[in-house]
Amino acid sequence: MGGALHFVLNGEPVEVAGVDPRTTLLHWLRARGLTGAKEACGEGECGACAVVSVVPGRDGGSRYVAQNACLLLLPEADGAEIWTVEGFGRAGALHPVQQAIVAAHGSQCGYCTPGFVAALFAHHYAAHRPAPEQALAGNLCRCTGYRALREVAAGLPAPAAGDPFAARLRAPAPAARALHYEAAGARFDRPGSLAGALELRARHPEAVLLAGGTDLVAELNQRGSAPRHLISLGAVAELRACAGRGGTVTIGAGATWREIEERFAGRVPLFAQLLPRFASPLVRERATLGGNLMTASPVGDGAVALLALDAEAELASPHGSRRVPLHEFFAGYRRTVVGPGEILAAVHVPAAPPSLARFHKVTKRELDDIACVSAAIALWLDGGTVTRARLAFGGVAPTPARALAAEQALVGRRLDAASLAACQAAVAAAFRPISDVRASAAYRSALLGSLLARTWAEASP
Amino acid sequence: MTDRGHASAVAHVTGEALFVHDQAQRDGNALYGWPVQAAHAHARVLHIDEGPALALPGVRAVLTAADVPGTNWIGPARHDEALFPDEVQYHGQPVCWVLADDEATARAGAAAVRIDCEVLPALRSLDAAIAAGSFHTAPQAIAAGDVAAALAAAPHRFAGELRLPAQEHFYLETQAAYVRPDGEGGYHVLAATQHPAETQATVAHVLGLPAHRVTVEVVRIGGGFGGKESQASGVAAVAAVGCARTGRPVAIRLDRQRDATITGKRHPFLAKWRAGAGPDGRLVAFDVELCGDGGSSLDLSKAILARALFHVDGAYAVPALRVVGRVARTNLPSNTAFRGFGAPQAAAVAEEVQDHVARALGLPPETVRERNLYRPGDRTHYGQPVRDAERIGRIWRELLASSRFAERRAAIAAWNGAHAHHKRGIAITPVKFGIGFTTTFLNQAGAHVLVYRDGSVLGRHGGTEMGQGLHTKILAVAARTLGVPESGVRIVSTRTDQVPNTSATAASSGSDLNGAAVAAAARELRQRLLPHAAALLGCAPEAVEFAAGSALGAGRAVPFAAVVEAAFLARTSLAATGFHATPGLHFDAAAGRGEPFGYFVFGAAVSEVEVDGCTGQHRLLAVDVLHDVGDSLAPAIDRGQIEGGFVQGVGWLTCEEVRFGPAGELLTRNASTYKLPGIGECPAGFRVATLERATEPGAVFGSKAVGEPPFLLALSVREALRDAVAAFRGPGPVALDCPATPEAVYWAIHGRPDAEPPAD
Repeated sequence: MGGALHFVLNGEPVEVAGVDPRTTLLHWLRARGLTGAKEACGEGECGACAVVSVVPGRDGGSRYVAQNACLLLLPEADGAEIWTVEGFGRAGALHPVQQAIVAAHGSQCGYCTPGFVAALFAHHYAAHRPAPEQALAGNLCRCTGYRALREVAAGLPAPAAGDPFAARLRAPAPAARALHYEAAGARFDRPGSLAGALELRARHPEAVLLAGGTDLVAELNQRGSAPRHLISLGAVAELRACAGRGGTVTIGAGATWREIEERFAGRVPLFAQLLPRFASPLVRERATLGGNLMTASPVGDGAVALLALDAEAELASPHGSRRVPLHEFFAGYRRTVVGPGEILAAVHVPAAPPSLARFHKVTKRELDDIACVSAAIALWLDGGTVTRARLAFGGVAPTPARALAAEQALVGRRLDAASLAACQAAVAAAFRPISDVRASAAYRSALLGSLLARTWAEASP
Repeated sequence: MTDRGHASAVAHVTGEALFVHDQAQRDGNALYGWPVQAAHAHARVLHIDEGPALALPGVRAVLTAADVPGTNWIGPARHDEALFPDEVQYHGQPVCWVLADDEATARAGAAAVRIDCEVLPALRSLDAAIAAGSFHTAPQAIAAGDVAAALAAAPHRFAGELRLPAQEHFYLETQAAYVRPDGEGGYHVLAATQHPAETQATVAHVLGLPAHRVTVEVVRIGGGFGGKESQASGVAAVAAVGCARTGRPVAIRLDRQRDATITGKRHPFLAKWRAGAGPDGRLVAFDVELCGDGGSSLDLSKAILARALFHVDGAYAVPALRVVGRVARTNLPSNTAFRGFGAPQAAAVAEEVQDHVARALGLPPETVRERNLYRPGDRTHYGQPVRDAERIGRIWRELLASSRFAERRAAIAAWNGAHAHHKRGIAITPVKFGIGFTTTFLNQAGAHVLVYRDGSVLGRHGGTEMGQGLHTKILAVAARTLGVPESGVRIVSTRTDQVPNTSATAASSGSDLNGAAVAAAARELRQRLLPHAAALLGCAPEAVEFAAGSALGAGRAVPFAAVVEAAFLARTSLAATGFHATPGLHFDAAAGRGEPFGYFVFGAAVSEVEVDGCTGQHRLLAVDVLHDVGDSLAPAIDRGQIEGGFVQGVGWLTCEEVRFGPAGELLTRNASTYKLPGIGECPAGFRVATLERATEPGAVFGSKAVGEPPFLLALSVREALRDAVAAFRGPGPVALDCPATPEAVYWAIHGRPDAEPPAD
């Protein structure tokens, strides 16, 4: 019993059966002749494959989001409503976004253009439009130099009265539902509850958990091989639940970074600094908090910030749940302490806002780049004296890590030249960075010291 | 001049514009190819075990040298690349290819093929090749004046070394070809190639067929930038071998990792220079050695080096200049054409020297640059008069004024005085770029124009549309020459069975050469139509004018279509070919003397940056450009070329970093590790203007080439970064590595620690 996938594509219902569940939506679309979306990187960096889907908005309505079709496995589309560039408009009846690109001379070779159209389409209907740079941070163009496209994003008029795409947003979005799908010797499960997910996890220890897929599917595309069994957490409502009680914030592991941005950017310290530089809007719509932690990248932005906030991870298992302080969560390069039967369910951020919180991310490119070094520095001060310090770093150790000795040594001291020098020495002693494609070890070491100096300077201008 | 935008803009935004792989996917019956790549930088192939791949369901064939009916050796200048090598020359080189029903299966098949190799010693860097004496070419030199004597007599002498980096093309559409049998013993090759005629010749040689059995068609290319000038042909040849072997249509599209690891990049260069200057900063002597890393095969490296030799003067007159260059041979992917074709690397050296001299003498760099600019009457070091050299000075002065350079320089000094951890910098740099293929015979083009009985016009030429708007410009040329509205003209795909023996769309020459050819064909048609128009209008043929879709004369007008119909009924040929060969070009390579260029393009840019001293991170705050496009054929398209070229240059100079590992393997294989500029790198203020009163009499409708020169405008960003670094460091020359990544800028400010271990 392989099952079938059902979704709405450009307004028409489609049913798919017999297609390997490890096929990306992009490859399926293109093989079907919908060749507007292109592959130019296969890792969610360039946005040439962007398509639009309809997701829940506020007040029971919907909103359009642009997503990288190269990072979506076809079964993830089950139950969804997806629009590709072919569905927006056509010659003689262009969509306003398409018209605006033509008028602004925003295309040259045209290969990236359908992806820009998708991103701008979502931007066009967004209730709160971000700055053009943010809206288009997930799309690369090699021809135009972006000026024209930036002007398109800045100059889009509001959707016209009677715009059918705008009208659609007043109705609810489809919700992800439980799914079991098999084809070509591979299996895709999407349980509808945490209990169901835990049960599948227990029965199929070889299966791989899939959250937003922005890291996992990118990796599968690059390697060209995929596990035979995937368990998607995309329909587990419990994992998306977020709450703020008594100042403590609980964020479900399945919450996307876009949701986190919307709900917590102003409430969780550091997040407002971190989020504009976390991946791209296309990726933030899919990438989850849980995925960011479970992938255990040494430069995971979320992990670095949450380490400095003394966050705790809640791990669910069939026998109940346990909490692990985040600084004990990472077991080594790309490894965590999460057991074979466990699922990361949520992250708790305690209520104790630091007096000073700074997030630094050093990259070659301003937006949508991976840090060579990141730093999250949280200091609690009493009359100028440090009562507690959290210094977390990415890119200088096999895992995101705190400089525990340096934190201890700061307590009781004022933020002066002497404490800075002592802190720099303690941090330097704590890490032995390596050289890789992003930066040399020497530069990383130097940054540790200078990012601390920057923080001290900002604390006492 | 046309106000219209890209002729395919509507097709672009609707997704209807078809690229090579799109066509194959829509046809739905192709086999797909995937390479089996070498895991060593240099190795002898002992045995290929195809068995495990062929055992997979859906795998149809493993292509090896045994499947090549003709020659296995390809290469644009020297046939030194084995399509299916028995000796691997670089890590990642395709050894054989797997054909399967779909790409995923082909990829799985490629992973299953086992290759036994004998590993051989490899040269994995430019330095290693120089040390080993490994070169593709003998030294090439150009000299003017007595450099040794001028250096010895110079009041001030300087010396330095600069390494210019590689750059990945990162055209958004990766290399692709789709080959179908035509059922008559021939092959139709739909390819993303900038050089259809060479792809045709390559496929024909590899298949052992005469050229007339191979038709290469290019509808559009998803970005080329030089990367598909020579290196598109190999992919097409493999697909053709697969098609010949199986009788099935075969499509190959490299994914990004395959494309990055297989194809060459912009040439890295090592430059060693000595210069002599007077106390006012005027250069009196300039002596340069350039060595480019050609990679594993010659490809276009010799011509790229030649263009570097021609452009090492930048836009500056030096009475005694000697440049010697050579192409090294390494075991790395074969480096190839990339927008600028060696000129950006050479011009970077010229700017390095200007800045070094200025800061060493304590003079403002813009003052030294201005003093050294070419002036009317000057000749280059290869003896070509710098025609229209007054434009350099005019551009310089107008741009200094329009960008309020002096005022901003003062404001920046004040700002820097008030900020300890951030500093700003500003710089102006000039561009002088020679237009024309330096290989003289390539400066030719063909076209034909057809007029149908309804008055609609169809044109075809030898150039390829790769986003640069070539077809749009050509359409405007045809419409203007025939006096019909642009909506009445269509330019269609490039086909070798229609326009033969064409040159690559390269060297910024696409519209100059093909525009002139189309104009010639259109003029021929107009001549044939004139008597019929005159008869209808009742006037002399000399009195007839074609404009806005009508023939005008004797105070009357008749529709163009009516003239066409009259000509048709009078049995007039309404198809014409056009041909163009740029006159007057010559260069004697042995003597290093001649006039290789039809004209020069000039321009200048002012860039302002802000640098964070804590991290070396920097932002491009504002850019002002004044550029010479002659009388633009299409201002919107030219502006797009200027802006796009500029930002691509900014990428090369500031954030794009190609890195190889210890085994010669490419580490920066995709967009996550190779950072090209994103929208955040587009300067907040990006003011682009074109030079007024700039008619170029030698080119079509007074226009000038625009593809490559704007890339060099980005050198202003590197020099502005150096200016900001100087604000941290104080007086004296500033050493800044290229690309000026945050790390490089950090070390430029703070000094690199001595015990720095190798980064890889």
